[in-house]
Amino acid sequence: MSLDTATVRRVASLARLRVEEDDLPRLEAELNGILGWIEQLQAVDTTGVEPVAGGGAEALRMREDRVTDGGVQEEVLANAPDRAGAFFAVPKVVE
Amino acid sequence: MTAATDLTLAGARAALARREISAVELTRAHLEAIEALNPRLNAFITVTPEQALAQAEAADAALARGEAKPLTGLPLAIKDLFCTAGTRTTAASRILGDFVPPYESTVTSQLLRDGAVFLGKANLDEFAMGSSNTSSAFGAVENPWKRQGEEGTVLVPGGSSGGSAAAVAARLALGATATDTGGSIRQPAAFCGVAGIKPTYGRCSRFGIIAYASSLDQAGPVARTVEDCAILLNSMAGFDPRDSTSADLPVPDFAAACERGVKGLRIGIPREYRLDGLPAEIAALWEQGMAWLKAEGATLVEISLPHTKYALPTYYIVAPAEASSNLARYDGVRFGLRENGEDLKDLYERTRAAGFGEEVKRRILIGTYVLSAGYYDAYYVKAQQVRALIRQDFDHAWEQVDAILAPTTPSAAFGRDEKQDDPVAMYLNDVFTVTANLAGIPGLSVPAGQDAKGLPLGLQILGRRFDEETVFAVGRAIERNAGFSALPALRAAA
Amino acid sequence: MSYTIEGATGAWEVVIGLEVHAQVTSEAKLFSGAATEFGAEPNTQVSFIDAGFPGMLPVINRECVAQAVRTGLGLKAQVNLWSRFDRKNYFYADLPQGYQISQYQFPVIGQGEIQIELPDGSTKMIGITRLHLEQDAGKSLHDQHPNKSYIDLNRSGVALMEIVSEPDMRSPEEAGAYLTKLRQILRYLGTCDGNMEQGSLRADVNVSVRKPGEGFRTRCEVKNVNSIRFVMQAVEAEARRQIEVWEAGEEVVQETRLFDTTRGETRSMRSKEDAHDYRYFPDPDLPPLVLQQDWVDQVKAGLPELPDERRARYVGEYGLTPYDAHVLTLEKETAAFYETVAAGRDPKMAANWVTGDFFAGLNRTGHSIGDSPVSAENLGGLLDLIKDGTLSGKLAKEVLEAMFETGKPPAAIVEERGLKQVTDTGAIEAMIDEVMAKNADKVAEYRSGKDKLFGFFVGQTMKAMQGKGNPALVNEILKRKLA
Repeated sequence: MSLDTATVRRVASLARLRVEEDDLPRLEAELNGILGWIEQLQAVDTTGVEPVAGGGAEALRMREDRVTDGGVQEEVLANAPDRAGAFFAVPKVVE
Repeated sequence: MTAATDLTLAGARAALARREISAVELTRAHLEAIEALNPRLNAFITVTPEQALAQAEAADAALARGEAKPLTGLPLAIKDLFCTAGTRTTAASRILGDFVPPYESTVTSQLLRDGAVFLGKANLDEFAMGSSNTSSAFGAVENPWKRQGEEGTVLVPGGSSGGSAAAVAARLALGATATDTGGSIRQPAAFCGVAGIKPTYGRCSRFGIIAYASSLDQAGPVARTVEDCAILLNSMAGFDPRDSTSADLPVPDFAAACERGVKGLRIGIPREYRLDGLPAEIAALWEQGMAWLKAEGATLVEISLPHTKYALPTYYIVAPAEASSNLARYDGVRFGLRENGEDLKDLYERTRAAGFGEEVKRRILIGTYVLSAGYYDAYYVKAQQVRALIRQDFDHAWEQVDAILAPTTPSAAFGRDEKQDDPVAMYLNDVFTVTANLAGIPGLSVPAGQDAKGLPLGLQILGRRFDEETVFAVGRAIERNAGFSALPALRAAA
Repeated sequence: MSYTIEGATGAWEVVIGLEVHAQVTSEAKLFSGAATEFGAEPNTQVSFIDAGFPGMLPVINRECVAQAVRTGLGLKAQVNLWSRFDRKNYFYADLPQGYQISQYQFPVIGQGEIQIELPDGSTKMIGITRLHLEQDAGKSLHDQHPNKSYIDLNRSGVALMEIVSEPDMRSPEEAGAYLTKLRQILRYLGTCDGNMEQGSLRADVNVSVRKPGEGFRTRCEVKNVNSIRFVMQAVEAEARRQIEVWEAGEEVVQETRLFDTTRGETRSMRSKEDAHDYRYFPDPDLPPLVLQQDWVDQVKAGLPELPDERRARYVGEYGLTPYDAHVLTLEKETAAFYETVAAGRDPKMAANWVTGDFFAGLNRTGHSIGDSPVSAENLGGLLDLIKDGTLSGKLAKEVLEAMFETGKPPAAIVEERGLKQVTDTGAIEAMIDEVMAKNADKVAEYRSGKDKLFGFFVGQTMKAMQGKGNPALVNEILKRKLA
């Protein structure tokens, strides 16, 4: 499997990374280099192998249903690049 | 008397207890060393001298009251991936801007609980992605070691915890926190001639540590001795209900385990780690390590970890996939950098293009691609299946052996300008370390020798899940036999 | 008989499936300890986890899982003892993490079913495909500023149950009945408050059309419809639009649409080329959700009676008509009210009073059962006063009216207004003697065979007693005295 320019552009858009047209060929070559190397995994027989999902514990631990957090409006908003009063602000979104 | 900056962490703790030195003196000595050497080494992104001195004063007061805790007055560097309340936390990325977390990571809060002094935030590869600490938005870190006869060549400290390892090696801190996703503690520790352990996945809470690849990330210490690592890990480790992957297990006395000895232990030597082209001096050091352990009463057992060669490609699917998702939150809306755009999508794309460096972007793109429709099964599911096989390899090994001995890295520290053009060549640095992350097992790197040019080389000890004690015991035996005493060219009080 | 829409090319069938998002009733959020209460100041019920801050990690709320399991059991569905959380990756201003934690591949609840009741009294089974837990997003406000949208994250991270039906519905009525019944079950279980105005219950409506006998054609999803009436309207509007498209020789394109409630039309949502590549993968921050069978059994043992069971019990045990049983079980509160009234009393009489004069009183005074001035205990007390003869049916209606006005218990009103029925035979006899004396001519007529005058004497006696004479006693004594 190798990436073409259109795919690199689509993936960059999915990842919300602006890529200048001039950079596409270089990026395409780099990504194909990495993917080509990764390709060797296809040689492993994984028939019937259950994929690993996480790093550790076998089962989720559950917490009690109590309000223990929140009420930190100012701290939540303090790092915002743009805020309007008690809201975060972004360019208008049209649905 | 030894210079304050040359003390080990355990030595400094004893000196403080005996009141031979005050915590303020100890901290000041390190702050002075940072002031002198950090402009060159760039091991710290942020230095917090006022905070450090205030903590040292509090430590002296506690010592005077006879209320010393395990780390009272001991100055540490904190990898700038750990959120520290009130202190800018960057992940070495532009995208976080001047982000000041309103919360403290669990690991650092436990260090503070135990009395530690924080000197500042250590440099790293951007978002912990890298093996050379050249991808930091705050500039590369210089390895304090020099090749003999090539004093002008700048070597990399390894990565991603390059700042932590360089700071400890150059005597800018007694110890440091670090994180390891594919080798990010052990590889820089080996490159900088210090010790570092990646504990079992789940041993240290990930709460408040900026995520790179959640199923692989694990915090651990870097220090100049195995015992110092054990002391630090005792404070860093422990169950945290705020991390669903944190292990609800008691924390053993790791420092005590260091002196257990290796008599009767079965040590595995993995056949597949004898790579073609492994430098002779690394192969020789490995043989030396085996001989030391054998001489101390351990049994050597050749083992097979058949899927070893697939570990790196597996890692380079799983880690970027998780990273592509973990880094989606850096979007210029609630914190960090924002580049304005015509609309929201344009804002996202410009912000993320301006905020992330090249390697991070590369991994986000790879990760996005391998998760995207039509490729998920071929890449991501396949990689997680191979990961299961890698775990099985180790599970089988533990039926025969108690620990595994291997080199930490396939080379000594390399030059800053070497290997930079080919991402894949750079990825191969982690060939011996990445399996431990994929299997979730502990791995300790111990400085054990030098190459022909005098650069440090490390040996790595791997152990069973949650059996860091055996790993420490074996590591301490290697350390004792190696008697590693070489010093880096750039260091405090040199 | 089945519902079709007549197009230019003949009759079209409508195929409908619903994805309902129901906000889980819980104190705290699914993965954080922030509160879930509706209507708080913006960004006050937000933890750093909900705001997607660096290094923050999710920890699941047991009660939210229990609520999902309760709902699953209420839908007679399979509870999966092993399920998992996945990340659904997409960028949106009110999605702070850049992904939604959801259950894509392995939901906590599998197949189930719902029996719906249609207006003609018939019933139909609708299949449930699955139910899974997921996080809600925050809220974007687009009308506060000319060129900015404002983001409030209070709702971010609140637990939702997504309940997916099979495409088993064939008319707007069936879709409406399904949502009505689902809402009723959720409210009975206490797992969702069902408040559609506040957005606690929202439906995505999947609609396609086909010629009878055909397989499924392309469907469109109408997003976020927030009332049962609008769901029914949206189904019809979207079905008619699709018929027009097909009949114009074009193809219906699978897409997401919005229902414009003022125009009664659906319109395409601003299309995003990547909208459908969510890059799901297991959330590495969350180990699998593993439930123990004995815990599920405990949850099951604690389940309340569900509407279908309760309705059957009212018919079988209480002898109510199916209609009364249906009306009384529609809302959990009504059923609870009725059961208090009926406790230890004649259940049919209780049903008549609740569905009759009591409901009328609520309507007249503009109250709902939740804030009724007449408590179930007091209505029961009123029934007791009828039973022991203190009040006649007619007087009881008057007393109930007074109870609605004052909120007082019936005995107090009877006392205050002297409405107590007279059962003292001596007093009744005296009054009858007086009436007979005043109307000696009528007495003579009656005795000569004009039986119809009996009613006149009853009326005069009751009038003289201001309606308080016990009707049975008045009748009996009159009969004796007039004989």
